[in-house]
Amino acid sequence: MATKNNTLKLKFDSARNLAPAPESKNAATIASRYDLFVNGKFEKPLSRKYFGSINPATEEKLSEIADANAADVDKAVKAARVAYDRTWKKMPAKERGKYIFRIARMIQEKARELSVIETLDGGKPIRESRDFDVPTAANHFFYYAGWADKLPFAFPGKDPEPLGVAGQIIPWNFPLMMAAWKIAPSLATGNTVVLKPAENTSLTALKLAEIIQEADLPPGVVNIITGTGATGAALVNHADINKIAFTGSTDVGKIIQRAIAGTNKKATLELGGKAANIIFDDAPLDQAVEGVINGIFFNQGHVCCAGSRLYVQESVYKQVLRKLKDRLETLIVGDPMDKNTDIGAINSKEQLNTINKYLKIGQQEGAEMYQSSVDIPGKGFFCRPTIFTNVAQSSRISQEEIFGPVLTIQTFRTDDEVIEKANNTPYGLSAGVWTDKGSKIFNLTTKLRAGVVWANTYNQFDPTSPFGGYKESGYGREGGLHGLAPYLNLDKDCSFNRW
Amino acid sequence: MLTTLTMPEKTILHKPDFTHTPSVDQVGIIERAARFTKRSIKNETKMNGLLLSLNMIDLTTLEGKDTDGKVKQLCYKAIHLHDVFEGLPTVAAVCVYPSMVAVAKKALGSSGVKVASVATAFPSGQSTRDVKLRDTRYAVQQGADEVDMVISRGKFLQGEYNFVFDEIAAIKEACGEARLKVILETGELGTFDKVRKASEIAMYAGADFIKTSTGKISPAATMPVTLVMLEAIRDFYYKTGKMIGMKPAGGISKSKLALHYLVMLNETLGEGWMNNQWFRFGASSLANDVLMQVMKARTGVYQGKDYFSID
Repeated sequence: MATKNNTLKLKFDSARNLAPAPESKNAATIASRYDLFVNGKFEKPLSRKYFGSINPATEEKLSEIADANAADVDKAVKAARVAYDRTWKKMPAKERGKYIFRIARMIQEKARELSVIETLDGGKPIRESRDFDVPTAANHFFYYAGWADKLPFAFPGKDPEPLGVAGQIIPWNFPLMMAAWKIAPSLATGNTVVLKPAENTSLTALKLAEIIQEADLPPGVVNIITGTGATGAALVNHADINKIAFTGSTDVGKIIQRAIAGTNKKATLELGGKAANIIFDDAPLDQAVEGVINGIFFNQGHVCCAGSRLYVQESVYKQVLRKLKDRLETLIVGDPMDKNTDIGAINSKEQLNTINKYLKIGQQEGAEMYQSSVDIPGKGFFCRPTIFTNVAQSSRISQEEIFGPVLTIQTFRTDDEVIEKANNTPYGLSAGVWTDKGSKIFNLTTKLRAGVVWANTYNQFDPTSPFGGYKESGYGREGGLHGLAPYLNLDKDCSFNRW
Repeated sequence: MLTTLTMPEKTILHKPDFTHTPSVDQVGIIERAARFTKRSIKNETKMNGLLLSLNMIDLTTLEGKDTDGKVKQLCYKAIHLHDVFEGLPTVAAVCVYPSMVAVAKKALGSSGVKVASVATAFPSGQSTRDVKLRDTRYAVQQGADEVDMVISRGKFLQGEYNFVFDEIAAIKEACGEARLKVILETGELGTFDKVRKASEIAMYAGADFIKTSTGKISPAATMPVTLVMLEAIRDFYYKTGKMIGMKPAGGISKSKLALHYLVMLNETLGEGWMNNQWFRFGASSLANDVLMQVMKARTGVYQGKDYFSID
């Protein structure tokens, strides 16, 4: 039997060239201009300024968004303070829960519209908005709604009290879902909120504001103010904020830490990552490869916990690389509104420039770059899925967070070696382990310095499960029981048996 | 996997050891299979897929009550799927018991539709090797172009992998020119790991096709099981350069599901396998559902079931 392994190649062109299957834009209503949501009403910004928000897949303008200045921030914080003192902290916990359940149900009812807007505004594939972002956002509200009247059970022996007004700043990669991660636990614990979405992706947060308004949440309990970094800075520096919750870059996280040093503000920071995804030679390889693909190409790689550093045991390296390349060829890159698209548009021109910068750096460092042969649209911000081989720990592309569809691959020989290399990063948000051996999984999960370690899967999220980082990936946990604590004062012991 | 056994006076090369075969993660394979069903197949892609599905069908009747008349009618249908629609392809093959092969062969004539015959004490396989070989030779002598054999699941589950291997190899030899499809009966194997192992044994022993099920056991073909087998075929292809065909059988009766299978095939093995030389649907009721969709695409309206013949 003739064996010409190196010349064999499977062809996947027709698998990628499917007839268009676009979701309808008409499923969503986007206003030409959005104001700030303060004290239960949409109000014109005191700044009188607006900025445009574009669709990164077409570069067309979608809407104009209010640019809140320090005075707008102050107005929103005041509204939140009044709502906290007069209404929200006095309301029976059971009633608070009802509002949160109502918001969750309304997100489900408007799921289609929300997913269409998320995709138009952020560039992510409609399949992901529809099957992941929006359902996960609703699930977080459902989950935390249930905790609202059960907080003493969550912290036995304690008398949990809310902190007051929470200032929350969220990133552009999962706009609606991040808003849900932030707002749901604050409401459940009795805090009021001033939330600032990322400037590129404010639209679903503003739709959420409409839902909150329609849900009849008392005015001022949730305020959503849009703007740039300056707006965020004004929020962080506002004297009447009790807690900062931030998800975003490590650089900004450090600025926030400096800004709140010496104040009474509590903080949780969920920052960058450079996760190791580790394939051992006894792993189910096809499933491991699928996990690697999901780990790095999900949401164009704009994921803080993306599995961007792949470590493959040398004995299966060739097989894994071939499987990865074959799978890469089947990924459909293009119109995010097409239901078959796997990789949509890069969120912004700036981010595309950053990614391209790293592609250049990788090649200059002597790494071998491999991209799929897929055609990408001429207009809009797109990047082919990319893998780099011949990479070292000391390569910049394996050290720095690229936040794009770019995977670096290194080989290893022994368990100890890969543990050492996986931990050899300033970050520590997540990691993945692929092996058929249970004992190896437990050995690694105890030794990997990462907030989440997935075993034989990747990028699984559930509201009941805590999420957060080690080292420069931040501190504090979101999700699950752990996600309640950062919004509560747990210093007081329970002085009587209330039950 | 290949080891060399040295024995007195002769050396047997390439005697495979199937104790350790690649493992499959159950959660992962089910998730991956589900992902193919998210593809939205529209317009010309859908029409091409529907016509290809028809052309990949092994139209099957495997009943104790089969008669010459029934088989002749099925063969006519195989060539004339729906004459109202001109230019439709034929199915790939008609699949019958060995006693019906001659009837089918004559009825199909020069249409190009192949005659496939089950053999080897189908469906249980609980007989002696001698009986199985004679069953196979009889089917081939009667004119079968393809033989669908069953593996000895009992021996397989006992760990007698070389017995299973040798049996398949012997049947392959008895097939002569006829192409051999090896039925794993995945519904009796219990785990994805075992499906993978049985696939490896069958391919190394000389199978031209590997096939999920007899249709007599539930569950029959499922997308995850088929994906395990497609991945085994892919690895085998890269190792040996030899293409192996795939035939999911049983339980595929809707055109939408057939299209999901084709998406899975195309994204796992690629264009080379997207024809009836390398992929078949073992089905009896799929054809009419596909025909219904084909007519809907042409006329814009769904027609009732009674507008499609049921041979």
